[in-house]
Amino acid sequence: MAQGKGGRAVTHGAATGHAPAQSFLRRHVFSVDHKVIGRQYLDLALVAVVTGMVLSWIMRLHLGWPETPVPGLGKLAPTGAAGGVITPEFYLALMTMHGTIMVFFVLTTAPFAGFGNFFLPIHVGAEDMAFPRINMTSFWVTLAAFLVLVSAFFVGDGPPLSGWTAYAPLSAVGKDAGPGQGVGQTLWAVSIAMFCVAQLLGSLNFIATTLDLRTRGMSLARLPFATWAWFITSVIGLVAFAVLMPACILLILDRVAGTSFFIPAGLVISDRLQPHAGGSPLLWQHLFWFFGHPEVYIAILPGFGIVSQILPVFARKPLLGPRVFIVCLIAIAFLSYTVWGHHMFLSGMNPVSATLFSVPTLVITIPATIICLLWIGTLYGARLRFTTAALFALGFVSVFVSGGISGFFLAQPSTDIYLHGTYFVVAHFHFVMGVAAMFGIFAGTYFWFPKMFGRMMNETLGKWHFWLTFIGVYCVFMPMHYLGLAGNVRRYSAFTDDYLQPLIPLHRFITIAALFTGAVQLIFLFNLIRSRLRGPVAPANPWEATTLEWSTSSPPPHDNFGGHPPVVTHGPNEFGGVGPQDYVMQAEPR
Amino acid sequence: MGRLFAVVVTLIALASATIFALHIWWLPPDISTHGARIDRQLNETMVVAGVLFVLGQLALAFFVWRFSTREGGPPRPSRAFPGGPTPLVVLATVLVGVEILVLTFVGSKVWADVYQTPPAPGALQIEVVGEQFAFYFRYAGADGKFGAMHPELMNDATQNFFGLDPANDTTARDDIVVGSLVIPVNQPVVLRLHAKDVNHSFYVPELRIQQDFVPGMVIPLHFTATKPGKYELVCTQLCGLGHYNMRAYVEVKTRPEFDQWLKERAAEL
Amino acid sequence: MSTTMVPPVLTPRSVATADRGPERRVAETGVWIAIGTISMSFAALTSALVVRQSSGADWQHLHLPALLYVNTLVLLFSSVTLELSRRRLGSFGLHATLMLGILFLAGQGLAWRQLAAQNLHLATGPSSAFFYVFTVLHALHVLGGLGGLGLVERRLAAGVLSRTTFKAAALYWHFMAVLWLYLLALLTIRG
Repeated sequence: MAQGKGGRAVTHGAATGHAPAQSFLRRHVFSVDHKVIGRQYLDLALVAVVTGMVLSWIMRLHLGWPETPVPGLGKLAPTGAAGGVITPEFYLALMTMHGTIMVFFVLTTAPFAGFGNFFLPIHVGAEDMAFPRINMTSFWVTLAAFLVLVSAFFVGDGPPLSGWTAYAPLSAVGKDAGPGQGVGQTLWAVSIAMFCVAQLLGSLNFIATTLDLRTRGMSLARLPFATWAWFITSVIGLVAFAVLMPACILLILDRVAGTSFFIPAGLVISDRLQPHAGGSPLLWQHLFWFFGHPEVYIAILPGFGIVSQILPVFARKPLLGPRVFIVCLIAIAFLSYTVWGHHMFLSGMNPVSATLFSVPTLVITIPATIICLLWIGTLYGARLRFTTAALFALGFVSVFVSGGISGFFLAQPSTDIYLHGTYFVVAHFHFVMGVAAMFGIFAGTYFWFPKMFGRMMNETLGKWHFWLTFIGVYCVFMPMHYLGLAGNVRRYSAFTDDYLQPLIPLHRFITIAALFTGAVQLIFLFNLIRSRLRGPVAPANPWEATTLEWSTSSPPPHDNFGGHPPVVTHGPNEFGGVGPQDYVMQAEPR
Repeated sequence: MGRLFAVVVTLIALASATIFALHIWWLPPDISTHGARIDRQLNETMVVAGVLFVLGQLALAFFVWRFSTREGGPPRPSRAFPGGPTPLVVLATVLVGVEILVLTFVGSKVWADVYQTPPAPGALQIEVVGEQFAFYFRYAGADGKFGAMHPELMNDATQNFFGLDPANDTTARDDIVVGSLVIPVNQPVVLRLHAKDVNHSFYVPELRIQQDFVPGMVIPLHFTATKPGKYELVCTQLCGLGHYNMRAYVEVKTRPEFDQWLKERAAEL
Repeated sequence: MSTTMVPPVLTPRSVATADRGPERRVAETGVWIAIGTISMSFAALTSALVVRQSSGADWQHLHLPALLYVNTLVLLFSSVTLELSRRRLGSFGLHATLMLGILFLAGQGLAWRQLAAQNLHLATGPSSAFFYVFTVLHALHVLGGLGGLGLVERRLAAGVLSRTTFKAAALYWHFMAVLWLYLLALLTIRG
């Protein structure tokens, strides 16, 4: 007999109302099973990251060698790259799509919607998410949003070129503003609005499941660290995406319905006086960044949780300061809403507010620093085992420290005067998002692959993947700081200014490093595919970890625990001691 | 594997930090009156950041090296960090907190001096229009007054970049419109930034100054250049396909050269 | 598979048994979360209105059609009937709520047409733009609420409605009324 919370007998599947589906379509495609949905999100993120990475290669090739044709591109993009040589507008379109795809469909999808969907219900000891059908809907809306976005490549005169930040009025006035600013920009706005809806539905599920479906003994204090991170990330998302969606609606209205939310009077674009009046470009920036800054914490917080979950397993000792860690996550979440103006120091907003925004921006460094020190302190006295998952978790600490520290320069208005809009900014956000968050995704993949697919990944290939990637990303993104210090402006499709000429060799170095690091990811892809098909069978708990997913089979059965919801007796952090059993699982009988 | 990690992290940290410290790629020399303080703030931040960066990476490297399991070594229990999390919390809060206070206290003054103070009286007023994809500059001419701007009259083909109406507006008749920002050395200058179409930005690295152009707003920006020469002014706010090519030159001339230049431009009208 | 407890149901004219099990409580949590997020969206639009009002000198105060106040009463009354239905009187109150909800939406549509007849369209000016954005978005959420009430009605008729599901749907519906009162106040005072 299945036991639910409070010992009350529950109908098997009552939380979810679904028994294992029978048809192929219902089991693998239109499934309400959170594990299938999680894998679907991860597959989508994989397609997205490959797309985004290829776009970045084309961008970097152009930046290093602007006149040289890219082989084959002329056939794929006859307008944007006639003869394989990329036009400036095509470069900006690639850049816009690269940023949009990476931020939304990789960094918000994989560590959060992907791993979170698969593991959060298991971590709390539930059979599924609180609202399985809404969960399925949120994946399909996300996929639809991705398809709408990508369709911008194939309609009108191509994708928008206003960057992932889509500042008005460039993004709001319509096609007068340039190529891609016609239907492409509208598709972008529609796609993002759809994505917001999907994320809100997802957050709804994560929060309700964490609050209401925890199994017996799973108090909030005993939640695994990744679960806490997903829970807090969902709360951040609930507010952030709730602001971006109306912003996108207003943008769409400005574009197609003749309103003037963001467009002031008297604009002359392409020799045409625009028929708008009274709107405020700064309003778009405020709305966008009020979402945009919490969004970057949405991108990184799951990584914090995953690293905090993985490090103790391979250090064979508990995470240092677990409660401090949770408090710091909450502090970061709270502070993330107070700092958005640091993207707008030079935007024309009242300069007094620059100082006001910079204070919480600097203060948020404190909980972030504490967390890094807790990780490093966890290593003290550890007995480290170097699996690939462990290496990526350790690498996360290194790259996050690197990325976070460059934030010091951008958080202060006085130094931002010089560094704003340069490659220094590009270095900063790529380190924290493009590298650290990616390392979190890699760590999670190597860690959880055995559980998700019942097979082990190849450790040798994994280690090669780690080492070459770790060195590669430093070669790609560390030099961008130097470019920024030299005043190299960002979002340029070519470097024609006199003072930029001496920097082109460094750009070429970065391009080569980027192509190399990209090629290295083929090792990862190969490992993923080969392990799925032929990897050695995985036991239930190959890493000797404590959280609930490791107390069920690999992969878990349909209802996660085979009809026996676990009763939790310990926290997730019980490592230590000598001897073969140096850990206590959460559902260990007392 | 632990040793390899420690070595790699250490090498990366030291190599990166050295390149920063050696200023192999660095800011161009500062030619403004306010720039020295910005440079000092940047240097101080660089020192703090550098120390934290190197210490953080080295701590990570050291602990990974020291606390790896050795094959065939005796089993040993793990040891908790002495004092638990408290010393680290205190360290982080105090260290970062003090640094934040210092940087903010000094930095906010540096910022305020540039963006929250009025220009010096007698500053040379120059109007700037940013458009897709060029900057244009306007001097008031002999009457010291700027003619009104009419967006509906703006026309690149006839080079009416500011939308002036000299036929009906007497003050507009002597306005001098050029494609370079020509200014005298050691003379306070105040620009008024107008955006014709979309967001742009005004950035001269040597002047240590940057400011967005916002459609619908007229934004003042003031500075004083201290060294004659020719410098590049580039756009730093994505404004369309020609963004990369949107540039003008800032020519800082000696006083007599500037006066001569202005006279020549007035004579051309 | 084992079933050990029949989920408690609401039948017309019966007093519902308590069913505070976790699998039903999520409905209520979910609605509270939805209320939070919808409020945040409207808060963002409110700040957009405030900023837009101060940024351009072209704000013309919009005189709200009197019909809106009638619609307000309809919506409030529908909340009353919903509560009556929930607390004992069963399916009649629920039908009334649904009818009143549809009446509300029809009334809103009529109000939009009245404004359009006065040449006040979406793009006419900022005040009319915000009016339409706010009221259309609210109406869309009300439509969603009607869907939820429809579900409640179907389950009630089939005899499988749980008290918590009813409560969750009711909570959402009342929130629609509260939200509407806020919007009315906002548009009256600052529109």
